[in-house]
Amino acid sequence: MECLIGVQGKDFVLVAADSSNARSIVRMKEDHDKMVPISDNVVMLTSGDVGDCLQFSEYIAKNLQLYKMRNGYELSPEAAANFTRRNLAESLRSRNAYQVNLLLAGYDEKTGPSLYYMDYLASMNKLPFAVHGYGSFFSLSIFDRYYTPDVTKEEAYELLNKCVQEIQKRFLVNMPRFKVRMISKDGIKDMPDLVGKI
Amino acid sequence: MAGGAADCSYWERFLAKQCRVYELRNKERISVAAASKLLANIVYGYKGYGLSMGTMICGWDKKGPGLYYVDSDGTRLTNHIFSVGSGATYAYGVMDSGYKWDMSVEEAIQLGRRSIYHATHRDAYSGGVVNLYHMKETGWEKISQDDTVKLHYQYQDEKLGKGH
Repeated sequence: MECLIGVQGKDFVLVAADSSNARSIVRMKEDHDKMVPISDNVVMLTSGDVGDCLQFSEYIAKNLQLYKMRNGYELSPEAAANFTRRNLAESLRSRNAYQVNLLLAGYDEKTGPSLYYMDYLASMNKLPFAVHGYGSFFSLSIFDRYYTPDVTKEEAYELLNKCVQEIQKRFLVNMPRFKVRMISKDGIKDMPDLVGKI
Repeated sequence: MAGGAADCSYWERFLAKQCRVYELRNKERISVAAASKLLANIVYGYKGYGLSMGTMICGWDKKGPGLYYVDSDGTRLTNHIFSVGSGATYAYGVMDSGYKWDMSVEEAIQLGRRSIYHATHRDAYSGGVVNLYHMKETGWEKISQDDTVKLHYQYQDEKLGKGH
């Protein structure tokens, strides 16, 4: 019942995640942050088993930090994505695999913005837009209809808003609030939360 | 503590020991955040082995009051309000409708006691006695210990306008 959304533009990636934290049928927290900055220019959005989400993202973040300390430079978003995927793949065949679905949004001076979609089965795709969870049933068609590769920051935010509005209108489960962040050459920036009209 | 009584009492005693060791080593009390993460990391290590715990860890440190929720799935959250256990939904109902951010200690005491009482009333697996503690900067203080039957008649009388 969680939802992660990401859109890539020419020089930025915009990501959103619903801010509910549920256990069983109870919402334990309504301002939960599902995004973890795993380096200066890469953000990881996680959904799935709550314990695994935090443990996994922290593990990846600390390993990227270690890489930076050892080598004096950061792993590129593409390399970070491949590293993350490999960890998921190795975990998958272990006795208790990480039950984590994630989006990885990054910006690199050389390669520009990038968005990676991964799930707990360790599939990985580089996509212009991506949605995790039930929200994808409602928002992927909106992206198919309105997305263009040259979308501006303002248009992308409005596009995310369209998706959130649709999810809040049609999806049975209540997702009252989405946290939004922008990843660009200026690093990771907080954007205003997306809230429903109703 | 909620869930497996043995799991909770054992691991919380273990946590208390670890916190005491931290205090002796560092000449400083452990923060609420660190203490709760200690427990979260322990239970996460036993994930899938059948531990059943839902806990709240509260206290004071340099940052002021702290409240954390830690369960045996390895979940660790912080918030203003938490309710844990099989009766949690009932307690949430009463607590959410009566909670104000700037409420007084006395109001909070009343609300806390009432929330637990209503949870014990509806939930088949909760009941007996309501214990109330106030976590102050200087340490905990026991506020009350009431039999739920006593509370039941007390609240019923208040509703009917009897007594006092």
